[in-house]
Parts: sequence; C-alpha cells; structure tokens
Amino acid sequence: MIAYLGRRVVQSVLILLGVSLITFALLYLLPADPVRQIAGRSATPETVESIRRQLGLDQPFVVQYWQYLTSLLSGDLGRSYIQRSEVTELIVSRLPASLLLMVGAIACEVVIGLTMGLIAAVKRGTATDQSLMVASFVGVSAPQFVVGLLLLYVFAVRLGWFPIGGYGTWRHLVLPSLTMGILGAGWYARMMRSSMIDVLRQDYVRTARAKGLARSAIIFRHALPNAILPVIAMIGIDIGIFMGGIVVVESVFGWPGIGQLAWQAIQRIDIPIIMGVTLVSAFAIVLGNLLADTVAPFIDPRIKLR
Amino acid sequence: MKTKNTREREHDMRRYLISTVAASALALALGMTSVRAEDIVDPNAKQGGAITITYKDDVATLDPAIGYDWQNWSMIKSLFDGLMDYEPGTTNLRPDLAESYEIAPDGKTFTFKLRHGVKFHNGREMTADDVKYSLDRVTNPKTQSPGAGFFGSIKGYDDVAAGKAESLAGITVVDPYTIKFELTRPDATFLHVMAINFSHVVPKEEVEKYGADFGKHPVGTGAFKLAEWTLGQRVVFERNPDYWHKGLPHLDKITFEIGQEPIVALLRLQKGEIDVPGDGIPPAKFQEVMADPEQKARVVEGGQLHTGYITMNTTMAPFDNVKVRQAVNMAINKDRIVQLINNRAVPANQPLPPSMPGYDKEFKGYPYDVSKAKALLAEAGHPDGFDTQLFAMNTDPNPRIAQAIQQDLAAVGIKASIQSLAQANVIAAGGDKAGAPMIWSGGMAWIADFPDPSNFYGPILGCAGAVPGGWNWSWYCNKELDAKAAEADSIVDPAKAGERAKMWSEIYGKIMEDAPWAPVFNEQRFTMKSARMGGADNLYVDPVHIPINYDNVYVTDVQ
Repeated sequence: MIAYLGRRVVQSVLILLGVSLITFALLYLLPADPVRQIAGRSATPETVESIRRQLGLDQPFVVQYWQYLTSLLSGDLGRSYIQRSEVTELIVSRLPASLLLMVGAIACEVVIGLTMGLIAAVKRGTATDQSLMVASFVGVSAPQFVVGLLLLYVFAVRLGWFPIGGYGTWRHLVLPSLTMGILGAGWYARMMRSSMIDVLRQDYVRTARAKGLARSAIIFRHALPNAILPVIAMIGIDIGIFMGGIVVVESVFGWPGIGQLAWQAIQRIDIPIIMGVTLVSAFAIVLGNLLADTVAPFIDPRIKLR
Repeated sequence: MKTKNTREREHDMRRYLISTVAASALALALGMTSVRAEDIVDPNAKQGGAITITYKDDVATLDPAIGYDWQNWSMIKSLFDGLMDYEPGTTNLRPDLAESYEIAPDGKTFTFKLRHGVKFHNGREMTADDVKYSLDRVTNPKTQSPGAGFFGSIKGYDDVAAGKAESLAGITVVDPYTIKFELTRPDATFLHVMAINFSHVVPKEEVEKYGADFGKHPVGTGAFKLAEWTLGQRVVFERNPDYWHKGLPHLDKITFEIGQEPIVALLRLQKGEIDVPGDGIPPAKFQEVMADPEQKARVVEGGQLHTGYITMNTTMAPFDNVKVRQAVNMAINKDRIVQLINNRAVPANQPLPPSMPGYDKEFKGYPYDVSKAKALLAEAGHPDGFDTQLFAMNTDPNPRIAQAIQQDLAAVGIKASIQSLAQANVIAAGGDKAGAPMIWSGGMAWIADFPDPSNFYGPILGCAGAVPGGWNWSWYCNKELDAKAAEADSIVDPAKAGERAKMWSEIYGKIMEDAPWAPVFNEQRFTMKSARMGGADNLYVDPVHIPINYDNVYVTDVQ
C-alpha cells in the first residue's frame, strides 16, 4: 500500500512537471509577444526592450523555464503581466468559488444521474428506460455553453426563479451547478444503470426475492448500496471533466472562479496566469485521480492495489 | 433620444469646431494664459444614489501609470486628476488640478499654477512635489508604464528612460503651487499629454506603501475613492466628500460588477437590475433593442475617436505600387460593410475620425468604382489581378467584415485569402515587415489617446511606427510628411490651432494620395442606460470618459 502510494506520488509529480514544461513551451512558442501587450501600442522600442529585460523574457527558453520552476518551488507563481498582481493571490481569491461550483455540480450529477440510472435499471427495457437513456445521451452530448444559456433563459429570464448570473447566495449556485451537473449526470445514469442491472442479477438478490422481501426493500436495502459504490469511486476522476467545464460555465454565468480567470488571461495573453491556472487544474486532476484510485479498493474489494 | 442622421451629426461637428476656434481666439486675447472657468454643474442634477455597472473582464489595475484599456481608463479618471482635463462630454481642454497655465512664446516652457487645498483621499494636501514625483515615476523604466513614451518631449526624458537619471531635469517645482516644464521642442500636444491618465497625480507615500500593488489600492485626488475591491467580483467606488470641485460628484456610490457576459448584462438591464452595461449592447441583440421604442429611447449614440481601416504593406509587391493601393481603395464598398454591422458606424474616407480636429469634411476620398479600380490595376500591370492575404482578428464581426472585403477585392480580380487569427497574432504579423500584405484593423484599430490629429500619425502612419514590433502595419514612411508633422506640432500657440489643424488636414490628404490605407468606417458608440439615469446625453458618450462620465451623471429617483 505504502509502496503503491509512493509510486503514485512520484508519478504525479512527474506528470505535473510534464504539464508545466509543455504549457511553458507552448506559451513560449506563441507567435505573439507578451512584452508588446504589456508595453502598449505607444511604447518606444527601448521601453519594450527594457520591460523584456526586467521580466527576464530576453533569456533563453531553458533559463526562463528553470527560473519559473525554482520560484514555483517556493510557492511563487509570479505576477500577472496585465493585472500586475500576484498570480497566487488571484487564484486563491477565486478558488473558493470554483470549489463551491464543483460541490454543487457533484451534488447535481449524483442526485440526477443516480436517480435516472436507478429508475432505468428497475424499469429495464421499458419506454421509461429508453427515454431516460436518450435523455442521458442528450445530457452527455449537449454543449455546456448552450445548456447554460438555455437554463438561464428559461429559469432566470422567463420564469424568474433564479438570478441572471452572478455569485453570492445558494440561488446563484443552482443554474451553474445544473449546467455542469447535466453532463456528468448523463454518465452517471448510464453507469448506475449497468451497475444496478449487474447487481440485480446476483444470487443474493434472487435469494432476497425468494425470501419474499418487498421490491422496494430489495432495491434500496440490498441492491443500491452495492451498485452505487463503483459509481461513487468515479467522482475523483470527474475533477478533470470539471476543470474543462468551468471555463465555459463560469463565463456564461459570471461565476468568479478560476475558469473565468483563465479565459480572460488567454484573451490577454497573460502568461503567468495561464501557467498558474493550468498547474492548479493539473494538480487538482492528478490529486482527484490519486484519491479515486486509492479509495476505490476500500469501497469495492474486487479492486486491488498493485 | 432620437438617432441622429449623418447630416445632423456633421452639423453638430461644425458647430463644435467653430466653438473651439472661438475659444482659441479668446486664449490669444488673454496672452497665452488660460484660466479655468468653473464647470457649470447641471442644475437639475440630484445628489445621492448608487448605480451598478457591469463588465465582462476583470479590472486590470487602477494605477494611472499602468492602466491602459478602455475599461479602467475612465475609472482611473474618477479616482485621480491631472493638471488638465476636458469639459465633460466634449474634447475641449481645460485646466483641472491646475488653476491656470502659461506658455512661453517659444512654446517650450509651460508653467502651471496649482489649485490650493486639493486633498488626496488619505487627507494630505496635493502639491507641486506630487506632480513632479508622479511624472518621474511614470517615466522611470522600473514602473514599466505603457505611457512613458508620451513624455518624450520633456527635457531629461532620455536620461530617465535610459536609467541614467531618477528625475526629469525639465520639471522644476517653483513653489508648492507652481510647477514649470521645460521641453526639448515646442510641443502642441503637451496640454493633452497633461490630461492623459499617465500624468495623473499620485501620492508618493501610498505608492511606496503598496509598491507593485498600488494599482489595487489606488489613492488619488479624484471625485471618487475606492471603497471595496473583491477580486473577480466587484469594485466599489464611493463619493469623495472632500472633492475639490464643489457639487461633484452627484452619485454616492458606483458598483462595478465583474464577470458579466454582455448578453447577461443586457437581460439584467431589461429587468432593471443594473444601470449601464459597460461592454455595450451585444451585436447579436442590437437590432432587437433598436426595434423596441422603449429600449431605443435609452440608447445614446455618439461618435468616437476611432477609424477602422485596411492596411496595405507598402514594402511588399504588388502593394509597393501606389496604383494598386488606390485600386483597393476604390474596390471597397464601404456602405455595404457599414450595413453588415447594423449601421453601427459611418463610412470613412480619410484616416481621421469626424470628431477629431483636422478632419477634412470637404475631402471626397476615393469613390467606390469597380471599373476604375480594374483600370488602375491594369495600369499597374495586373489586368487579371493577383493573389494576396488579408489578416483579420478572429472575433465577430471582424471575420464577416474580412469576407465582405474579400468579395469586394474578388470583384476587381484580387484573390485574397483570409487569415483569421487571435488579436495578438495579427498584431505580431503587422509588426513584422514581411508578415502581412493586408490587415483589416477591426478589433485592434486605433482609438485616439487624446483628441489631437497628431495622435493618428506618429505610431500608425509615421516613420517612427514603421519598425519591427511597431503599429505602422503599412510600413509607410514618408520623410517629407514626418517633417511637416513635426512642424505642425511645434505650433503651440492656441490662437494658431486652426492653422495647425489645417496643416494636419493637408498631411492626411497627402497620405490618402499615397493610399497606404483604405479607410473603411468610423465606429459609433451606443451606450444603453437604465431609465433612472440622468444628465446630458453627451455624458453617456463622452469622448474621453468611456463608457460614461462617472463624475457628472446622476440618478433621478433620489430625494
């Protein structure tokens, strides 16, 4: 177990290093010049060069990357080129909002997805099952941008049940969480359905039925707890999907998280922020996977760590 | 408000030009000394109340030495003041922190008398030392100010820019309320430079206290002070009760909500939740809004100091032939392009926008004439046209406009393939001598830093800008015109402003003969506001305070 963990941690660090190198290289190769973005259109060539020197951007790639890594180790992500604030401060101030959205989205996808999957499995082969699976297919395929605007239009603008974007109360959280959750709910519905069908075929379920237990008792007391475990173990892996989704969903709903920060930084070629958000997201994804893999054997004894 | 047609706008412009000339004549009578007449505060204005303004992007910084985007530009103007400013809603210069100024006859020495009793938000009185400190700071390379270059005419600038001096030799503090600037050359734009944000006055003790984070903790002398800044969510300004301009500002509080998509902002405006969507009306919703009389009544239209143009790289064949460039000018159907963007612009025939002094309203420009364009191409040795590339920024409506240009060019035989790229990549291609044969400037086009004709020349049409990484994407360099531009800018006497503007008209006329650009249109501004917002229309399309003049607007639903 400890050896396994040790190996996984080393792997994770290597992955993060790889991510940082690739991102840094891609941003370095960008045909646009960040110094010109900072210096503005009225700057003289001397000003441009002076800023380039001060930021160390006149150094060769390897030197720049090494400097970035060394300051990274002391927890310094640098200063934003455009906002001139510490990147760490910018990310930390926005992280709670993204985490909250993630919790809301997980709640949505688990509740919606598991319910759909459960009903579909129990009603297997019926029209209910089929329409639920079509719905989950739509959920998985619909672009989040469209889902977000649609929900916003129907529930905020037309019906007025929720505020039109923004941040602050639980009412603000509902629509963005739903938008994020619908995608995951589709996956969960499918996994839950197959997992549940699998469990319902097991001998102990047949035994329970033979004992004359009520149908609801069989489903909720005997089948559900066993069917749900492998599905729950997937949540860690979801973090990767979330990190992709928050850029779009946060922008649509004006949600002040790191996705929105990343989107703005990309448009302004604010390299330190792009690097910072990429690393934080990669860290979250690696951590999520690590957690999912570590926790899985405790939940499902069929899985063994090697 | 009624939407003005072009003729009415031209009429307004003429009136405006006449009044400017009259003011200049008055300045002469006073012997080149100007004393500020207090702004008349709107007698209908109501005091108090709070408004909400939305933006999509984070506020980058509120440091006047750094901030250089259209979002923080006017926010900074409300927190800080400079020696000079403009009458609200106009492009007429007037003293601000200065009470009066005097220009020496040689046009190289400017002396400003400062207003007494002006206080920073921290309570300390602002004096001439602060003015000097602020300019030393903005020109210091360590500050990395994008505006440092504006101060190039002040004596000692080169030493400071090179890091050889900490202080500009040309600025002398005569006494706490008098400051003298010596320039290396007569500079007609100097008073404008004293009005741009980069010259706004900051208190040394606060800058030193916050260091690089001063932009998040701004302290100035302006009408508002920063009350709250929650990163990524909101910036709140509250009224500065000690503001030196009595009676201003009218509002108690302004909340800028950040992270709101323009489309969401419009929906919230329609529900009465916000007062001004800072990013404007989303193009996709423009016609819908303008078709609804109730909403249209709350839209204010105005000009802006902007020109959208096509650059042709004069160092690349076949655009090194003036006839080819003239042919392109005649091939473009500007009216159709203006229709394409829902008439949110007026067709242009010269580099300067109509609200800029020096704009030549008699100038006819190149007509839209396909057969003449073809004839010119034949004369240039391209009877069957040629293949080329047109670069454009990849955000709407620019790809659509580029396609319209492509079709117009195809009609005369020029086959242009479109390179639709991110803004920074187009800018990079333009700054590379062999990078881009043609660029549609939309989304990156020049918006003047200050309302003076010289601001459209140097960096984008003069030799100084035709350098790697520069903004002169036509790589057009005419030494004769450079000399004439320098001559025009040495006419400092306000009484000769008319003569100077005429020289600039001639310069731009000559440029159009050489046709390095095909000017396409001048964008109009459309600001939408809530029904409760009060104040003259021109405060909502203020040429300097974009989107609106925060200091002078008010709300009508307070006691």
